[in-house]
Amino acid sequence: MATTTAPAKRRTRARDTTVFLKFLMATTGIVFIGYVLLHMYGNLKVFAGQEAFDSYAHHLRTFGEPILPYGGMLWIIRIVLVASILGHLYAAFTLWSRANGARSQRYAVKKAAKATLGSRTMRWGGVAILVFVVWHLIHFTIVKPAINADVSASAIAESPFTMMVASFQLWWMVAIYLLAMIALGLHLSHGTFSAQQTLGWTQTARGYQRARTIGYVVAAVVVVGFALPPLAILFGIVG
Amino acid sequence: MKLTLKIWRQDGPNAKGDFVTYQVDDILPDMSFLEMLDVLNERLIAEGTEPIAFDSDCREGICGMCGLMISGYAHGPKQTTTCQLHMRSFSDGETITIEPWRADPFPVIRDLVVDRSAFDRIIASGGFISVNTGSAPEAHAAPVPKENADRAFVAAECIGCGACVAACPNASAMLFTAAKVTHLGELPQGQPERYSRVVSMLNQHDAEGFGGCTNIGECSAACPKGIPQDVISTLNADLRHALRTGR
Repeated sequence: MATTTAPAKRRTRARDTTVFLKFLMATTGIVFIGYVLLHMYGNLKVFAGQEAFDSYAHHLRTFGEPILPYGGMLWIIRIVLVASILGHLYAAFTLWSRANGARSQRYAVKKAAKATLGSRTMRWGGVAILVFVVWHLIHFTIVKPAINADVSASAIAESPFTMMVASFQLWWMVAIYLLAMIALGLHLSHGTFSAQQTLGWTQTARGYQRARTIGYVVAAVVVVGFALPPLAILFGIVG
Repeated sequence: MKLTLKIWRQDGPNAKGDFVTYQVDDILPDMSFLEMLDVLNERLIAEGTEPIAFDSDCREGICGMCGLMISGYAHGPKQTTTCQLHMRSFSDGETITIEPWRADPFPVIRDLVVDRSAFDRIIASGGFISVNTGSAPEAHAAPVPKENADRAFVAAECIGCGACVAACPNASAMLFTAAKVTHLGELPQGQPERYSRVVSMLNQHDAEGFGGCTNIGECSAACPKGIPQDVISTLNADLRHALRTGR
């Protein structure tokens, strides 16, 4: 029987696939998990008092001196974070629009059998976290507005501890941050697991379950660790 | 049993479809879901109207031909194929919505029938091994460790029904593709093409227009063969290896 010769195929590459975009999403996500845990550790220094917190904040700028200039380490971290957010957003929005295009006719009735609140809210929850991060940078880094009428802008500029305490003495500010932490916790509960699965670390049933557990533990640690300082300030335990 | 059925009717690939409501009242709990549709179709034919088009073949749960979205679940509320789903899984007087698989790479042909050729093209792009034909090789020539054989069997259970795509919020065919990649990748015969296979199959998967995987797990929950999520992890690991080795 005559066989036909298959036509030459267009060259396929691993980096052209959607899974490559997921690698980008997972690795940048792991950068954020690491950063968020360090940030949380720094925040908890508030329980050590004003002097310890302020000297910690100052030390972040002198870290690596004299090899690095003043604030050098902070700028390295910022550049890594900006690069990561760009990668994370690019992968997220590309895959989001792909997913929308893959089912243009929706189901009249569709029920979820396995999806969790965390996995269902990844996309809009991620957008919410992005909006929060913009506010958070304005609030504590770029503008540092004196929102609490009892504390002057110059006192805020002088001491990071004062800035933090002044903000979280306001109940609605605590509410905004707690809400953001719930969004972050949901995002991390699925994202931490998902990153491990995407990187191929969950090839056994046990490994899969372990990754799920790590996801929930990371989310819980981050939410509690970040929620403690504002709550302690609001209830007058600190400050 | 009396049931109200809201069934998607569509005359052809380019026709505009809509739901039509039917009442059926002579349904036995021991009928399969497809037999229930057969009963309705017999009546429609007797009434001189067009019967509802749906796919089925073996009706034993092994061929992967049947597949309907039943009240929001792929293959219905039980984790099985539509043909192995029985009417006792529903309650008397219930309203059941029946839709075809919804995914742009699975275009509707008519009513509840979709074209799943996209799966065939994914298989053709890499779901094979290259061996010389001839007499069967000596079975002990290529030893396979038990764990690898077991896992290959789990993945090989995939019948290509498309429930994973239907249930996935992203209409991704990652579970299907990963099952094939794992099935062949666990065996010695699959090793020579292991990493080029994952690259070509994923490229074909994406070219067909399926969405990306977000590890939600709806696919495994809908899979009548219960293929686990960890096969997708294996596909991901294989693609990482392909990247590192410049494929």
